Amino acid sequence: MSLELILFILFAFIAAVSAVIMITRSNPVISALFLVLNFAALAGLYLLLNAQFIAVVQVIVYAGAIMVLFLFVIMLLKPEKEKFFSSHPQVKVLAIAIAVLVFLQLVYMIFLSKPLASVNPTVAASVKAGTIEQIGRELYTNYILPFEAAGYLLLAATIGALVLAKKKFE
Amino acid sequence: MFIVGVTGVLTRRNAIIVFMSVELMLNSANLTLVAFSSYMGNSVGQLFVFFVMTVAAAEAAVGLAIIIALFRNKLTLNIDEVNILKW
Repeated sequence: MSLELILFILFAFIAAVSAVIMITRSNPVISALFLVLNFAALAGLYLLLNAQFIAVVQVIVYAGAIMVLFLFVIMLLKPEKEKFFSSHPQVKVLAIAIAVLVFLQLVYMIFLSKPLASVNPTVAASVKAGTIEQIGRELYTNYILPFEAAGYLLLAATIGALVLAKKKFE
Repeated sequence: MFIVGVTGVLTRRNAIIVFMSVELMLNSANLTLVAFSSYMGNSVGQLFVFFVMTVAAAEAAVGLAIIIALFRNKLTLNIDEVNILKW
């Protein structure tokens, strides 16, 4: 087994286990920390998939910015102890049914679909696709309009968050 | 991982945990996009992941602001008790 494969399996294992731990803890702070671990493992996976730019952005945006936001809100709000499936027992059955359904759908898609025949992946092309140079070129030529739209979206989100979280003037 | 995210959204009653589960689902979709992008030697998938991350950041900011406003009004994070949209 090559080192790459071992690392891939290791990161995938960490990601899966930390995801499960995240949704089963009752303390939100521990959940958030396991989510950070999950994001870090994902960044490692991205690196192994030759996506350098996305890996770095993953660490900066998710593990950095978004998780700080989450931890801040958790600290600010000091959530009370919650219990699973508090008031409606039928919600539990429905939730498990939907989860199983989506899982079966994914299994069906993964195992019963034909792989693309026309693709001939080369490592060099895949490495080239992940570089900042390539992504930046695509971003500023073919995808300039979505890029600008993303900028406006972030501006709108900033203003919206400020307006929502601000105390009401009476 | 996507399934874990779905399960988290559907079973947990704490609004913040539900939010983190949504992030988990977004990340699993991102992982698939990056994997296929790398497999096809095509950087458009990674561009899409970039945009998904932008939207996720915006969504997290606005959503957490909503949670703060909600907490200020109702003093709870249990989404079963938040029924002001119920008719």
